[in-house]
Amino acid sequence: MTVITFTNARLIDPEAGTERLGSLRVENGIIVGCDGRPSGEIVDCGGKCLAPGIVDIGVKVGEPGERHKESFRTAGAAAAAGGVTTIVTRPDTTPAIDTPEVLAFVTRRAREVSPVRVHSMAALTKGRDGREMVEIGFLLDAGAVAFTDADRTVADSKVYARALAYARQLGALVIGHPQEPVLSAGAAVTSGKFATLRGLPAVSPMAERMGLERDLALVEMTGARYHADSLSTAAALPALERARAAGLDVTAGVNIHHLTLNEFDVGEYRTFFKLKPPLRSEDDRVAMVEAVARGLIDIISSMHTPQDEESKRLPFEAAASGAVGLETLLPAAMRLVHAGAIGLPALWRALSLNPARRLGLPGGSLAEGAPADLVLFDPDVPFVLDRFKLRSKSKNTPFDEARMQGRVLGTWVGGRRVFG
Amino acid sequence: MTFRQRHLLGIEPLAPDEITTILDLAESYVALNRQPMKHARALEGLTQINMFFENSTRTQASFEIAGKRLGADVMNMAMQASSIKKGETLIDTALTLNAMHPDLLVVRHPNSGAVNLLAEKVNAAVLNAGDGRHEHPTQALLDALTIRRAKGRLHRLTIAICGDIAHSRVARSNLLLLGKMENRVRLVGPTTLMPAKVADLGVEVYDDMREGLEGADVVMMLRLQKERMDGGFIPSEREYYHRWGLDAEKLSHAKDDAIVMHPGPMNRGVEIDGTIADDINRSVIQEQVEMGVAVRMAAMDLLARNLRAEAEPGGVMV
Repeated sequence: MTVITFTNARLIDPEAGTERLGSLRVENGIIVGCDGRPSGEIVDCGGKCLAPGIVDIGVKVGEPGERHKESFRTAGAAAAAGGVTTIVTRPDTTPAIDTPEVLAFVTRRAREVSPVRVHSMAALTKGRDGREMVEIGFLLDAGAVAFTDADRTVADSKVYARALAYARQLGALVIGHPQEPVLSAGAAVTSGKFATLRGLPAVSPMAERMGLERDLALVEMTGARYHADSLSTAAALPALERARAAGLDVTAGVNIHHLTLNEFDVGEYRTFFKLKPPLRSEDDRVAMVEAVARGLIDIISSMHTPQDEESKRLPFEAAASGAVGLETLLPAAMRLVHAGAIGLPALWRALSLNPARRLGLPGGSLAEGAPADLVLFDPDVPFVLDRFKLRSKSKNTPFDEARMQGRVLGTWVGGRRVFG
Repeated sequence: MTFRQRHLLGIEPLAPDEITTILDLAESYVALNRQPMKHARALEGLTQINMFFENSTRTQASFEIAGKRLGADVMNMAMQASSIKKGETLIDTALTLNAMHPDLLVVRHPNSGAVNLLAEKVNAAVLNAGDGRHEHPTQALLDALTIRRAKGRLHRLTIAICGDIAHSRVARSNLLLLGKMENRVRLVGPTTLMPAKVADLGVEVYDDMREGLEGADVVMMLRLQKERMDGGFIPSEREYYHRWGLDAEKLSHAKDDAIVMHPGPMNRGVEIDGTIADDINRSVIQEQVEMGVAVRMAAMDLLARNLRAEAEPGGVMV
């Protein structure tokens, strides 16, 4: 029997909503209790924070198709270094993960090389083309934890309604990135003063609200389980609140970059800040932070999107969207804590407990019987980020040379140390 | 005389005294250009490459003449027909050209910010000849010189910029320049052709031509692109002309001595009535073209001086 005791730890318990000094005992990869006499391997946490590992539900790995941008090996290493113990991969690969065969390939690759747990989402429609639904039943059997066309919205409401209804009878979770597809087509930034000054094609923040209202109406119609991911605008929040009040099975997520950056960070056409949805106004950013703090937004994810230099070293309009985030998720989220916007236990609900629960995964808990997926971190230590030191194959982070606080000291998956 | 720039990428980074420096030097080139013997030696020995990723006849010709009058070796590259078609990226094209040691690169590109990106990768001084909907700095400078010569000053004027503001880099550069020089800038046009939150840039916005032109010293018309005329942004050409086309009646709301400008090429009978465009008492459209050559000579001259200062130990920028 392998026993580890973490002593002298500041235990962050998102379930209990507490933060207290104590110790934690792990046997055979399972948490067996707090406090008590230390035995086995002793990890002295030196008063630093010990929390359930992060469960990141929007991770793009370049397998299959774009392994030069990110492989399971590099993504796994980046996750471990970032305190992420479970990654849930997106199906926006080439080809899309839309058959049990592709899913089986991905699962095998992940199992072979990743030090952290990997689960996969599948596309909702074949080829993410928005025309025909995938084999939702077979994909569920093969281990798909949710169904999403990721940043492509299913424009045809009839197709979407049927896919939602079919998913509902099987109990499958559908994830949308709400956006009115025609209004947002071709947009590189959010419309407003900045877009006008830079002369870039822009989309009104209203496109997100329109997309969300459509999705929620279809959820009401079909009774599907639905997660609205990548929300970024204040205008979308009232619709979400109404859906919650009406008792729909709806949760919502936000990407870390929309909580920590705004449209002006693009500056002189810096393409590492080109995201989808685009960065929003400061008012929107503040509204999203507040929505996380009061629990209206359930989940924060990195929306890790590796892009190589070639796809970013282009004029802004032509450059690829997305940013890597596995390794910067924790220090970026610490900005919210240091700004006094949210406490650590509440933050860990959004980073760990809620995503695990929503996708039916183990983790997110320090309770007895939970897997020992843990992150030990110092929330205060300052550093300047050097993108070339990231473990991801792609280095497209908007936080290059940014001053950050918060560093991972160790990561454990099922009681096995994978970082630090 | 101050001009601390390494490139001319836009009006945004320029200080008012730098704008004045360009215009003052351009005045001397206006005089030179009217001589039978038009040669000067400011760019002698230097290589100027005009890279146009978007079609242009007028601007390219203007830059070419400007370079040749100052003694540069000028080369035109029609980028649409070349390597871009073969899939080469903008950066690779820039690096290839850079290896040929040009001194001045004049670049037009359909994407906003593309010229800024290119300028980061080359050693030459880069002049933006128009990037997407972003900036067209030499157009704004030539407009400024035209206004200054016609009105005797470039401050405390009321200037109405009319038409398709949303898609216009000319409008952006002009509103920035005229704002920096402390003028009152009005934007006039249909809501569908007005960029979002443009009022936050310190301008007044009008959708009615008569109100927008009331008491204006300068009426600056913009070109309406053909592809935007049918149904997408405005219902039709004739309705546009009826409401926003500049005719004698609408112009009568401006000051009696108001001048009429247009960056060209004009759509007569769409955004401007032909007789107004040709009215030598009101229209300065031909003078704008003349000022274009002088302003481009001045801008390239100043950038070349800074290039030389950079190359010499202890050299000081203009």
